[in-house]
Amino acid sequence: MAMFRSIMQNLEPASERQAPRIGVFICHCGHNIAGYLNIPELVESVQKLPQVVFAKDSLFACSDAGLREIRAAIAEHELNRVVVASCTPRTHEQLFQATCEEAGLNRYLFEFVNIRDQCSWVHMDNTERATKKASGLIRMGVAKAALLEPLEETELSVLPAAAIIGGGIAGMTAALSLARRGFVVTLIEREPELGGIVRHLHKLYPSCAEAQSLVKRLVTQVSEHPHIEVLVSSEVSQVEGYIGNFELVAHNILFGMDLTIPAGAIIVATGADELKPAGLYAYGEDPRVITQLELEQLLVADAIPTPLLTVVMVQCVGARNETTSYCGRTCCLTAIKNAMLLKTRDPKTEVYVLYRDIEVHGTHFEDYYTDARNLGVIFTRYTPDAPPEVTDGRVLVYDELLGAHLAIPYDLMVLSTPLVPHPRSRELAQMLKVPVDEYGFFLEAHVKLRPLDFATDGIYLCGSAHWPAHLDEAIIQASGAAARAATILSKDQIHSSGAVSTVNEYLCRGCKRCADLCEFGAIEFVELEKGLNLLGQPGERTGRSVARVNPVLCKGCGACAVVCPTCAMQASHFTSQQVTAMVQAALGD
Amino acid sequence: VKEVLVIGGGIAGIQAALDLAEQGLRVHLVERLPSIGGRMAQLDKTFPTNDCSTCILSPKMVDCARHPNVILHTYSEVQSVRGEAGAFVVETVRNPRYVDEDRCTGCGDCARKCPRQVPDPFNIGLNQRRAIYLHFPQAVPMVMTIDPEHCTYLTKGKCGLCQMICQAEAIDFDQQAQETKLEVGAIVVATGYDFYDPTSISQYHYHTYPNVITALEYERLISASGPTGGHLRRPSDGKPATKLGFVQCTGSRHVQHNRYCSTVCCVHSTKEAVLAWEHNRDTHSYIFYTDLRGSGKGFREYMDRAEQKYATTFVRGRVAQILEDPEQNPIIKYEDALTSRPQQLKVDLAVLATSLVPRFDAPQLADTLDIELDEFGFVQTELFSPNDTSRPGVFACGCCLGPADIPQSVAQASAAAARAAEIALG
Repeated sequence: MAMFRSIMQNLEPASERQAPRIGVFICHCGHNIAGYLNIPELVESVQKLPQVVFAKDSLFACSDAGLREIRAAIAEHELNRVVVASCTPRTHEQLFQATCEEAGLNRYLFEFVNIRDQCSWVHMDNTERATKKASGLIRMGVAKAALLEPLEETELSVLPAAAIIGGGIAGMTAALSLARRGFVVTLIEREPELGGIVRHLHKLYPSCAEAQSLVKRLVTQVSEHPHIEVLVSSEVSQVEGYIGNFELVAHNILFGMDLTIPAGAIIVATGADELKPAGLYAYGEDPRVITQLELEQLLVADAIPTPLLTVVMVQCVGARNETTSYCGRTCCLTAIKNAMLLKTRDPKTEVYVLYRDIEVHGTHFEDYYTDARNLGVIFTRYTPDAPPEVTDGRVLVYDELLGAHLAIPYDLMVLSTPLVPHPRSRELAQMLKVPVDEYGFFLEAHVKLRPLDFATDGIYLCGSAHWPAHLDEAIIQASGAAARAATILSKDQIHSSGAVSTVNEYLCRGCKRCADLCEFGAIEFVELEKGLNLLGQPGERTGRSVARVNPVLCKGCGACAVVCPTCAMQASHFTSQQVTAMVQAALGD
Repeated sequence: VKEVLVIGGGIAGIQAALDLAEQGLRVHLVERLPSIGGRMAQLDKTFPTNDCSTCILSPKMVDCARHPNVILHTYSEVQSVRGEAGAFVVETVRNPRYVDEDRCTGCGDCARKCPRQVPDPFNIGLNQRRAIYLHFPQAVPMVMTIDPEHCTYLTKGKCGLCQMICQAEAIDFDQQAQETKLEVGAIVVATGYDFYDPTSISQYHYHTYPNVITALEYERLISASGPTGGHLRRPSDGKPATKLGFVQCTGSRHVQHNRYCSTVCCVHSTKEAVLAWEHNRDTHSYIFYTDLRGSGKGFREYMDRAEQKYATTFVRGRVAQILEDPEQNPIIKYEDALTSRPQQLKVDLAVLATSLVPRFDAPQLADTLDIELDEFGFVQTELFSPNDTSRPGVFACGCCLGPADIPQSVAQASAAAARAAEIALG
């Protein structure tokens, strides 16, 4: 494990340890603030606050002239804390922090007060009261500024290697992408062969390309690539470490051997399984009732029973119901493809597809559906109130569009079932300390904008482990996850923020509530050792474990500080003292 | 330092730029409009979590602008591309804003004084903006732009009020178009989509009936930063709209218009119905659909919730015609698929879920880049290499490839970034 190396953001000037000398800049933002607040009154009230040695308004604090003025005032008035009251920290906090830094102040000695978005813009109709509110906000900012401390940022080394869990199309695609970038990749596959679920398919929609040739091509590329090590028949049994410095243990199922894999990033590409619909439509009892995946295997083996007069495919079996409420995404297209293959094989075969909604989104799939109808595949819509039933070798269904009851005799009944998470996905999730959803699919960091990331840094996600994915989607997500991993692997070091949680080890009683709550896996527990340990020898064991925060993983959200019963945990930059001072300042008027 | 070009500053372009920049590549992000943000900036909330669109987009825009490896070329276009994968030479032109980007702080004092009012394209003409304007309140860069077609100083040499007002001395009427030559290893195309103009579907009377609007117009109306401050008011009389009819597949899955399914509309109409109910509990929404499609993560559950808790009725049936009564209430005529009988429903507001179509200038851009388009006019790629265009070294992501939702666009953007990095660094 690499060790943290602390670096001082700046050499702390002596002035920072002296009594606070606070400078306050109040921005007009053109008309946006000055048009609705009484700026001269604000400046005057701020000048009276304790420890404020300089206060001034600024036409545009963020303009070149405004920033120059801030830098000059820091030097001239020996300011060691700076407050800017202006627009919003969302766009401007980093700019002012950088300005302080340029003038020799630690960036965490800057405090932002939002008097535009949270004051002038929302109280445009009452200058007097809006000014009073702004005055209160600035007073709070100044009270906090007086207690600000310079903070350190840490940096962490990164191992330029990735571990990819799952050797299906997604896992292999991600491995190749990273290997082409020069990173070392270990690809861990549970089965004895690479290829995942696509290894069992016949042809692929919508092009009818051969699944096997795609798998073979990728397996060859992966096997021949000098940067990729493939471990088959292997399961991940242990995961330690954090971004940049993970250590996985891969357990070989056949030989019982364990292998340790160091990695800077991890990609989860464990795929999903087809739901086996035990107990539905006599599946498992009547050999004529099979799933789509089993039909694919019959097609691969060229073992379709003959004569085949009628095939009935039933969509949404085990999906869109009370227990599995989602739509399987891939099953409509699979059914359309296989229906067309059967129809092409023998045009005399009648193929019915009993569906609820045909899920053929996007530019290319709609035509595919049309092609199937033109080929003579019969699509019959049913409603969940009247699902198809089997009686005396016939499928009974109420055709909603025809308004008629149909009784269809069948030689083969093919059940379209959704992809479901692999049963071991929850176990793997626990090892990785990442969440799964109610079904067991892995849960990404943000549904809209971080679909390939986990909340825990350094771990990424792709393919049907996340949600049932079409083949092209799995390839896209795999390349994407590789790019996300490469943003870490391509760096020698990664940096933390200074505003992270810290632990007072004397107060911590090791209850672990903080670690349970931390969304980012940033807290671990270590056993305290007795006495000073200057020679690097193991100290005497104490049996007392305390929390330790990994500053690179910590996002400074403060949830741990809230839950800590002994106040051992503090969010730097938002300490209890600072927040209390703000509250007192707010109530002081 | 190796350089890459990203064309289009919507969420896909932003994500691709950030992923490339974080890998140490220098990224030139070229955006045609005055601000990055793209379509997502125009949306109110996003399905299925009802996250505020701008609130989640805005930090990404700021990250992009602040990233030391990203160079923003806003209000700019790509003019030519020569060379080959690993060594492209790209010429771009930056259109004159008539505002000095380095001096302007975006305070908007100039726009408050500008006497010239013009329909605001960001709000699809639902309100007026001035001839000097901020593209939208959270624009990045936060810089004003002068509309050369409507500014009376630029057209007639009269006025110049903005120049007198501006305390930052940022107005520059002499600004010229500026050409830049870039040398890049790879190109990512992320130019997004347009909405189909429903005027050609004459039976829906989009232009003749004021209370027949498009989904994008609806998004602006229900947005707190939109022209009505988020109050869902009818364009005809400003009355609150509480009975809503959503017309799915407007221009989609239709041989005369667009054969394909636009993918996102079933869920976005569901979201729009949910939002209306959250604004006003008296609202009831009717969604007229062909097939109800929602197979993305959490979508089906979202639709079920809309039906159970948010007064949303899903009606299977294609809308044949929209008429209007004397109070200008739209009357939706449809065939009920269950009974096969013609039915009608009077609503306060009819919202057309129009198709997602290629950008108006997609053929021109394809020509400039020398890449193939598919039969619909979207960028052509192959099943096994879904982000590689027909020209090596040029990759694509987001809705220029075809309709996609936000997470799909983001995943595609990261994928295109991976491919571009492989080539640019290879």
